[in-house]
Amino acid sequence: MTRNVPLNKWLQLVVAGAALAMWSNVHAAECAAGKTIKDGVLTIATGNPAYYPWVMDNAPDSGKGFEAAVAYAVADRMGFGKDKVEWTSATFDQSIQPGAKDFDFNLQQFSITEEREKVVDFSEPYYSAPMAVLVRQGTVDNGATASIDSLKTLKWGIDSNTTGMAMLSETIKSETDPLLYDDNVNVIEAMKANQIDAGLFDLPTAMYLSAVVLDDGVVLGQFPADRSDNPDQFGLLMEDGSALKACVDEAVLSLTEDGTLASIEAEWLQQTTGVPVIE
Amino acid sequence: MSNRSVVRIAYEKKQKRKGLLIAGLSSLLVLAALIVLVPLAPGWEKVQKSFFDGEILVSTFPSLLKAFLLDIAIFLWSLPAIAILGLLVALARDQKSPSMFPLRAASILYTDIFRGVPVILTIFLIGFGIPGLGLQRPWNSPYLWGSVALVLTYSAYVAEIIRSGIESVHESQRAAGQSLGLSSTDTMRYVVLPQALRRVVPANMNMLVALQKDVALLSFIGPVEILRQAGVHKSLLANFTPYVGAALIFLAVTVPATRYADYLLAKQHRERS
Repeated sequence: MTRNVPLNKWLQLVVAGAALAMWSNVHAAECAAGKTIKDGVLTIATGNPAYYPWVMDNAPDSGKGFEAAVAYAVADRMGFGKDKVEWTSATFDQSIQPGAKDFDFNLQQFSITEEREKVVDFSEPYYSAPMAVLVRQGTVDNGATASIDSLKTLKWGIDSNTTGMAMLSETIKSETDPLLYDDNVNVIEAMKANQIDAGLFDLPTAMYLSAVVLDDGVVLGQFPADRSDNPDQFGLLMEDGSALKACVDEAVLSLTEDGTLASIEAEWLQQTTGVPVIE
Repeated sequence: MSNRSVVRIAYEKKQKRKGLLIAGLSSLLVLAALIVLVPLAPGWEKVQKSFFDGEILVSTFPSLLKAFLLDIAIFLWSLPAIAILGLLVALARDQKSPSMFPLRAASILYTDIFRGVPVILTIFLIGFGIPGLGLQRPWNSPYLWGSVALVLTYSAYVAEIIRSGIESVHESQRAAGQSLGLSSTDTMRYVVLPQALRRVVPANMNMLVALQKDVALLSFIGPVEILRQAGVHKSLLANFTPYVGAALIFLAVTVPATRYADYLLAKQHRERS
């Protein structure tokens, strides 16, 4: 049996809902008021260059790319419209150095770790990154497969600023010591020079590198974020003890709850299905 | 000894003591000011946590020390190659006969290029580029080609130093050698080079100190030496203390080497004057 709800009841609900939404928006805006480094403006930092699919064409102010879109969504929830957002760039080292920061928050695939949290603040996670193994076709032809037994025999190269090191020594337990590099570009260059067999990246980056940068790149397999012991979760980085943290957390949580984050992820990071899971 | 000179010696002694006292006091004062004033800065606590975390220093130091062995190894196997190649290039540049002009031109081009290009570019270009041409393991090793890049760069500098040494040996020495019936090769070998090389020892010691530090640049193309190891700790701990640990290890080696170079230089000055 269905019960007909009178129209005016519906109206009441809608109005109440709208009021609630407006109140929470206003509340969020109030939350951030006077706490940003530049009054009335939210300053967001990312890497320079910033890479696909996180930021398209190294132009975060276009709002295109996963992290650019997330940044604008978070800013919007905090009460900063598109015109109230300013971008700046920061390296990894600049982001963790002591003292005042020149950004309100910084997003460039920073994995949240306990140790890092002693020096800076992280927001609630906005993305859980599966780790993926990138190789060249030649390595596959030589018999490499998406199994730990096969992976541990490979020669590895990693970006030294990532949490991939822990993955390699604890989960894969590679037989030889990895070679380490400053950024993804150098890892790829070493792969081209055949100095390493495999690289460890977050899945979206691995997909991009195999599709665009390497002629014969293959994403061999992935370690799903929810299955590893230390899931790699990306958080917005803020100065230690940032007054904004509560507001940013609130914004990220509300984006997670109402599905906005999931739809941004679907828009920018969708090609990640179909990669075999590493057993 | 005359009465007057005894008085003078006593006076000089007194002056010297006074000087030492003042130097000691002023150093102490500066040190005290640093120790007292720096921690008063509002951000000191944060800086201390980021750069001088004792716990992190102790826990990362052994792995840094272990990684430093790789630096020493690269240094040791590059050194003889630099010495030999540097000498050869210097000799090529000293060729005076017209038929040897191509050799001379090549050596000039070589020193110009490798002294002018940033070391890091040479390391990338040779460390990634040459193996990328299709060399198979183990011949594409970044250790091998990274070292080659260092050798090429440093031998260009060393060649110039040796050349300056050769040119500092007076022309009359060559003439004397030849008048004794020595061939020009023998003149170079037995008359010019022994004097030239001795004169440039202090300058080459400086190159040695510089090389000790530049070995760390190889980390850009993969090898996990001390600087990279410190970088890994930095990244995982979000703390710069491991770099301080690495600096201490570097200093332990470079400071004695620099002092020794200074000593040699001073000794040379004394001998000449």
